Amino acid sequence: MIGELTRRDLIKAHAAGIAAATAGIALPAAAQPVPGGVESLEIKWSKAPCRFCGTGCGVMVGVKEGQVVATHGDMQAEVNRGLNCIKGYFLSKIMYGEDRLKTPLLRKRNGKYAKDGEFEPVSWDEAFDVMAEQCKKVLKEKGPTAVGMFGSGQWTIFEGYAATKLMRAGFRSNNLDPNARHCMASAAYAFMRTFGMDEPMGCYDDFENADAFVLWGSNMAEMHPILWTRLADRRLGHQHVKVAVLSTFTHRSMDLADIPVIFTPGTDLAILNYIANHIITSGKVNEEFVKNHTTFMKGVTNIGYGLRPEDPLELKAANAANPANMEPTDFESFKKFVSDYTLKKVADLTGADPGFLQQLAELYADPNRKVMSLWTMGFNQHVRGVWANQMLYNLHLLTGKISEPGNSPFSLTGQPSACGTAREVGTFAHRLPADMTVTNPEHRHHAEEIWKLPEGLIPDKPGYHAVQQDRMLKDGKLSFYWVQVNNNVQAAPNTKNETYQGYRNPDNFIVVSDAYPTITAMSADLILPAAMWVEKEGAYGNAERRTHVWHQLVQAPGEARSDLWQLVEFSKRFTTDEVWPAEMLDKHPDYRGKTLFEVLFKNGQVDQFPLSEIDQSYPNNEAYAFGFYLQKGLFEEYASFGRGHGHDLAPYDRYHQERGLRWPVVNGQETKWRYREGYDPYVKAGEGVKFYGRPDGRAVILAVPYEPPAETPDDEYDFWLVTGRVLEHWHSGSMTMRVPELYKAFPGARCFMNADDARKRGFNQGMEVRIVSRRGEIRSRVETRGRNRMPPGVIFVPWFDASQLINKVTLDATDPISKQTDYKKCAVKILPVA
Amino acid sequence: MTLRPFLTVLAVAAAVFSTTLAVAQMVPELSGPPGGMNVVPAKPMPKWNVDDVRKMRAYPDQPPVIPHSIEGYQLSVNTNRCLSCHKREFTQGAGAPMISVTHYMTREGQMLADVSPRRYFCTACHVPQAQVQPLVGNTFRDMSEMGVEHLGGK
Repeated sequence: MIGELTRRDLIKAHAAGIAAATAGIALPAAAQPVPGGVESLEIKWSKAPCRFCGTGCGVMVGVKEGQVVATHGDMQAEVNRGLNCIKGYFLSKIMYGEDRLKTPLLRKRNGKYAKDGEFEPVSWDEAFDVMAEQCKKVLKEKGPTAVGMFGSGQWTIFEGYAATKLMRAGFRSNNLDPNARHCMASAAYAFMRTFGMDEPMGCYDDFENADAFVLWGSNMAEMHPILWTRLADRRLGHQHVKVAVLSTFTHRSMDLADIPVIFTPGTDLAILNYIANHIITSGKVNEEFVKNHTTFMKGVTNIGYGLRPEDPLELKAANAANPANMEPTDFESFKKFVSDYTLKKVADLTGADPGFLQQLAELYADPNRKVMSLWTMGFNQHVRGVWANQMLYNLHLLTGKISEPGNSPFSLTGQPSACGTAREVGTFAHRLPADMTVTNPEHRHHAEEIWKLPEGLIPDKPGYHAVQQDRMLKDGKLSFYWVQVNNNVQAAPNTKNETYQGYRNPDNFIVVSDAYPTITAMSADLILPAAMWVEKEGAYGNAERRTHVWHQLVQAPGEARSDLWQLVEFSKRFTTDEVWPAEMLDKHPDYRGKTLFEVLFKNGQVDQFPLSEIDQSYPNNEAYAFGFYLQKGLFEEYASFGRGHGHDLAPYDRYHQERGLRWPVVNGQETKWRYREGYDPYVKAGEGVKFYGRPDGRAVILAVPYEPPAETPDDEYDFWLVTGRVLEHWHSGSMTMRVPELYKAFPGARCFMNADDARKRGFNQGMEVRIVSRRGEIRSRVETRGRNRMPPGVIFVPWFDASQLINKVTLDATDPISKQTDYKKCAVKILPVA
Repeated sequence: MTLRPFLTVLAVAAAVFSTTLAVAQMVPELSGPPGGMNVVPAKPMPKWNVDDVRKMRAYPDQPPVIPHSIEGYQLSVNTNRCLSCHKREFTQGAGAPMISVTHYMTREGQMLADVSPRRYFCTACHVPQAQVQPLVGNTFRDMSEMGVEHLGGK
């Protein structure tokens, strides 16, 4: 021990010297006054939400000399109370990658745009000229359905709202979808089908009130680390609290599990029905709740896998054309339906330990235990994702464990504004703000009224969803395409055969707005440099319905401009005569000859707040560029969709003062639990519980079976491939891979594999292998140790590394109802590199 | 496996992007393989920094990185290998730096007698560092370079 100390002391003295030299500090010192006064030390601190996941942590951002110099967890933010995860702590560096895009880049040959040209810097004027010309050409030749946009759950609320106006009302195309389709469409559809309203009824306060936590296909320890600190705080601080973790492999969240359940991919559906069966047969149904607040439905089965229609699997599926159909049924037939799912049968099918399955079922059945269920991509990226979500609601509804502190089925989100922008603003191909849809004539009419636009302008057919957009790009049906704040060539399934082909299809003009040269940007024809995060004023909505606003704190480098500026500025290049039908303008001549900017943004509403209302201590490039407080105008117009309809937002200015507020905000008060009297102002006295999103005020309990995945390992392709994330990198890594400390913490993807599987094939730790599917292949390195311990026959490969594009290998099968890709289940073989 | 195929790929990459000077650097991990969808070799797994030399933080609020290996460390309900050196009671014997005072605080900011359960899973914020060079430079500037004359610096 003495030797150890001596060695460490030496190291310490040496290290201090190095550190001092690095920082330019001379070591010996006596007390002196601060040279230059205390002001020279000051950092300007401002609040903002974190740029990464859907948790929505509050961060304090320190700015000095026009740059972010530090960030830390905001003590006043209720979500995280001073904590950040490793990514959040390094927010300071995400904007400063040396390869930031600083000027528009256009593929050119001989001074002109050419699909096969090389990227050359151009001015914004030239970029928008070419872009508008291409857009008009496509509109003229192929019509509005050939124009599309792929947005993001990382868009600010204003950006998503401006995009939905520009696409639906401007270009008259519903081909607008967010990358959130890949991450929580199944959750959103299940909310609508069960409760008639999107988003969780509970909130993060449930963490401090639950007696049990059940993770269904969520590795929160890595993907939602700050919510994991709240869960750990509860579990480790209270003896009676239990944690169950269900997954297809052992990961860090299992470290806290009292009930670990490893199951064969896809069989979670059977476990859910087994628990429903257990609740019923053990007499633990909350009969009063079920009688008064629920209604039973049966879903159609054999619904296919969302593949291209000519795929043999789709031809075999009886209900591929109408997968969402449900018909009323009753408790007795539901009881009979789930009675098939016995413990023995389900244990055999899933490979899970029957003892643990029983303990898990008891957590839900025990009337004295408050249960919080949590899920993310394991449930949502599932060919039966909507079913899985609904089958879980079944358990909470049968027991009445819902809409009160600690009893909470809680769908987590992966992007900072998946809820705020993708869902609430309604940037999905079928949606309008505040849970309205383009297929409902009243909803369309209401939107046209609020937007002060002619009746009949918004098209009534849902546009192409994410995976369909890629297929239509490849097939030449979608030919002008604008991508903002996402990296879909890396993120989309079967990317080599579908997505990438679509981008490089000579019929198409592809525009990508991004801060960095991602593979998606490099696959485009025009790259627009984007301002990011605190380089613009913004608003995000997190997973607990919390709307959080921030100020612009610094300037973006070079010519980079925010997505909001890009959308609004681009709208100036079109007049109504160019994009709206002549009959419509004949009927409404007032709109004739106006630019889309004038009819969409300078409409007397969006432009009603003067620059003088902006906090003068912060920049706001967009507002000053257009001459009015653009963000406030967009927010207030958008908020008018939901006020008085259960989606109430506070006045915009208040959000600059708060660490976010959970909607509905009624009489200045946020709502923590919806649908229950005393918590939710929309539930009247005496009603108790009311699921007012549905006309009958009742939530749906759905009878649906286990159905197998689209592709299952066989003799040749003998492994399950599961993809996902790691703690240190966020999504495609375009930000985190540029932060040296985060890159060094997880430098490159690897293939997590069972050690016995590896040994049998002669693979050693660290050896290079080929991961091959029927669609494509990558090369990776074998990892048999590490944080994920794989069962035999299953590998895990994260997707953050663009040099190991695992989505060349994945299958583009989706949930047929939500159209969300199943990234968790396909068959691969693993071969040595010859 | 030799370096040659990799170099060939790089040469192809150079050819493909030679006129793409507008985009400063092309790094496969960031911008995809040259040619978009090509299969490229996977880099060997690097070694971890294990020199025990504490790294300067980029700003005071940054959680320090781990200058030693944590391979095989157990972090479960029953065992926390990190705390067996870094908890206050063990630091003298282990010669390890003590976890900061914030780690003893509740959500409400009250001090506890032991590490707060919310801070139990160390690897949420503290990570080891591999022996690799960053993929691209980062122009983040240290606040100490910004017109501050350092107290006690003379």
